[in-house]
Amino acid sequence: MSLIEVRDLKKIYYSENVETPALRGVSFEIKTGEFVAIMGPSGSGKSTLLHILGFLDRPSAGKYLFDEKTINDYSEEELAHIRNKKMGFIFQTFNLLPRTSVLENVKLPLLYSGIKESLWNEVALKAIESVGLSHRSHHQPSQLSGGEQQRAAIARALVNSPQVIFADEPTGNLDSKSGQVIMEILQKLNDEEGHTIVLITHETYTAENAERIIRLHDGEIESDKPVDYRRRADNFIK
Amino acid sequence: MTIFYTFKSAFIGLKTHKSRSFLTILGIVIGIAAIMLVMFLGQGAQGLILGQVQDLGSKIIAIAPGKEPKGPMDSSTVESFYSDSLKIKELEALKNKNNIPNVTEIVPTVFGTEVVSYENEIFRPMIIGASESIFSIFGVFPDKGDFFTKEQISSKAKVVVIGSRIKEELFGDSEAIGQRVKIKEQNFQVIGVLPPKGQILFFNIDESAIIPYTTVQQYILGIKHFNRIIVQAESENDVPFVVENIEKTLRELHNIENSEDDDFFVISQIEIADTFKTITDILTFFLVAMAAISLLVGGVGIMNIMLVSVTERTKEIGLRKAIGATKKKILSQFLIEAIVITTTGGVIGILLGVFLSVVATLVLNYAFNFEWVFIFPYSGAIMGLVVSIFIGLVFGIYPAFQAAKKDPIEALFHG
Repeated sequence: MSLIEVRDLKKIYYSENVETPALRGVSFEIKTGEFVAIMGPSGSGKSTLLHILGFLDRPSAGKYLFDEKTINDYSEEELAHIRNKKMGFIFQTFNLLPRTSVLENVKLPLLYSGIKESLWNEVALKAIESVGLSHRSHHQPSQLSGGEQQRAAIARALVNSPQVIFADEPTGNLDSKSGQVIMEILQKLNDEEGHTIVLITHETYTAENAERIIRLHDGEIESDKPVDYRRRADNFIK
Repeated sequence: MTIFYTFKSAFIGLKTHKSRSFLTILGIVIGIAAIMLVMFLGQGAQGLILGQVQDLGSKIIAIAPGKEPKGPMDSSTVESFYSDSLKIKELEALKNKNNIPNVTEIVPTVFGTEVVSYENEIFRPMIIGASESIFSIFGVFPDKGDFFTKEQISSKAKVVVIGSRIKEELFGDSEAIGQRVKIKEQNFQVIGVLPPKGQILFFNIDESAIIPYTTVQQYILGIKHFNRIIVQAESENDVPFVVENIEKTLRELHNIENSEDDDFFVISQIEIADTFKTITDILTFFLVAMAAISLLVGGVGIMNIMLVSVTERTKEIGLRKAIGATKKKILSQFLIEAIVITTTGGVIGILLGVFLSVVATLVLNYAFNFEWVFIFPYSGAIMGLVVSIFIGLVFGIYPAFQAAKKDPIEALFHG
């Protein structure tokens, strides 16, 4: 069953009457439980694609089916609700709230989830534990290393048990060792918890942690094939 | 999203940026405190004056000559003083029980200021010419000597009862009773000294010299009319009836058919109290309005800081949107933050206002010998709270809209 399906997806940016196509008709499917990497150099349209897949932006043309429904069927409110319940986001720059503890940061999605406040601590602490950060839950982001901050961000992405996690260059700001830990966690989430993961990266060796790589170039798919030799976290090199 | 959690977060945010928060709310604190203090002083002053009016008894009615002034700047205010429409004939008619029953005292009065001297000492007191009943109406009697008699009034005796301040200024510690003071080159015998009493309505009794009205008319002012005729009704309930009878009697006497042509006007104590109330209300209103301007300025300051905060927190807003916050939720978050800021300022302002009011009470009681009792201004406190919440809403809505309409992609990736 495909969780994500895009058909002839196009995105054109207009500025001062100049058309800049970012996506020129992209089609693929991602099945539930898959770990897919979307690769490409900067300007290839991979960020635009992620924004559309994550409901942060709408396509100019083409079809996007999430969970077998087209994005056009949803209102802004419903899109926000799906982002909250079914999607988790991990960013290159972590985007944790400053001067706010890891626990409070991880709780943030719960604020919009409709889950009772009395359960928040329990749910959030469980997510923090799953990324091995329990001992840091009352620290502020500024007291954490980059790798730890990204783990906190993963815990935040996990807290509502989403169907899919979008990771946008999650190792881009990290040293190789911390990056390795992050990829290890993502692989574990995919293997053991069955989370679908869509990873955006420009690095081949990071992309090779996934099962499948979609390569973008100038807004078109260059190739879409399984990884021949998948890197596992234990022999990850940067 | 639970509202309570958002309030809590807003409070934590406020505490995290202590010095900025303090400066932000300062305008609201000062504005609310100023309003509280002004309202308290206004109410207090009103209470003091009304209390005096009640002390004097609300049975008192004054009849003044001339047309009723339409306002303090009306020329008839001045004309009233020189109008001679109230003379002995009118007094006699008013004294007739057939015309006006339910009256206990009728006191004709005249006023002026003249220099009073004793040996080398001089003083310029208020001269009150009245009949002997003035003392019972004022509720003040000489503690040394006596007040004048009916006979002294009819004989136009040159006798004077002096206030405590005049005694102090002219005689110091030496005996005043029986001494002669000079007023307009004429000798007056001091027959009584009043105890210190302070202000009774318009008169500072301590600085007044009370003389039979006949004497003042003939020897000091050279007039035949009265400035006021003071009437005391049997009870407060009789006042409207007495006022009506006074008007009827004087109109008949002066052949006036239309009340617009009246050459006199009647003021009851209740009306005087109302006038005072109006004056203090207007004063209080203007002072509150001025204090409200500081609230306006404070509100604009808060709007400014909120706008800066929205710009600073662009990434946070983008993140919140990405993880499922709707426009409405971002809007309410920032609105709640604004309300928390202004309400915190409001509460501090209320406490400061109450503190200043207590201090003002103590200072005024000490300096002016008032017996002013501090009462916690509940209505002012509630109003202050409502106003500060309202300011949060008004000045928070625009920044909150700016926050809500941020595009998550712009906010997260390019902000």
